[in-house]
Amino acid sequence: MAIRIQEADFDLSVELAALRGNNPAVGALVSFVGLVRDQNDGSRVSEMSLEHYPGMTERTLQAIIDEACRRWSIVDTLVIHRVGRLLPTDQIVLVAVAGTHRDESFAACQFIVDYLKTRAPFWKREVTPAGARWVDARTGDDLAAARWQD
Amino acid sequence: MRLKLLFFASLREALGQGSDELDLPASVHDVAGLLAFLAMRGGRWQSLSTFRNLRYAVNQELAHLDTPLRAGDEVAFFPPVTGG
Repeated sequence: MAIRIQEADFDLSVELAALRGNNPAVGALVSFVGLVRDQNDGSRVSEMSLEHYPGMTERTLQAIIDEACRRWSIVDTLVIHRVGRLLPTDQIVLVAVAGTHRDESFAACQFIVDYLKTRAPFWKREVTPAGARWVDARTGDDLAAARWQD
Repeated sequence: MRLKLLFFASLREALGQGSDELDLPASVHDVAGLLAFLAMRGGRWQSLSTFRNLRYAVNQELAHLDTPLRAGDEVAFFPPVTGG
């Protein structure tokens, strides 16, 4: 159940291979990779920087993963979130779940992404032709997270 | 009561600093009291009382206005999160 906050890029194939290992109990491997787009809210985005709250970010992600493990049968998970300066097409985040079956693995992966986006203390600042601006939180992200509440 | 304060993202920029340490008067015992105390400093600190959708954490856990404060606590203020 690894969590990594890092400036460096990551290699999806390498990370997924390490996550599944040689564990014959793993029957499903689900991953989500978030990427920097070149536009947002009607403006072109030339670069982005990501800030986080060291300590609280890791604690929050751990709590989200713990909750996912409580709800679904998961063999292992990996969350990598990059911080610092990023450019369009760069990878921002990886959420990967190794499980026994696909349904539970899909659900767990989506749950972790939805909660990460609305609870983990990261903030995006993007550079547009009009200057730099902090990205606003989206109502849609809150709604996506709300559907998991029991 | 001594506290460590942290500010992030657009709030850090509005305040012109990312952290602070201060001694609170005995009359302040929760997050709401701390916010009122900080806003009374005037100037840039008034932005704390008008900041839209301000979030707070005490010792790295999301908190509420009535979350109690104790000496040595780490209290963070920040806008809604936008990671992922």
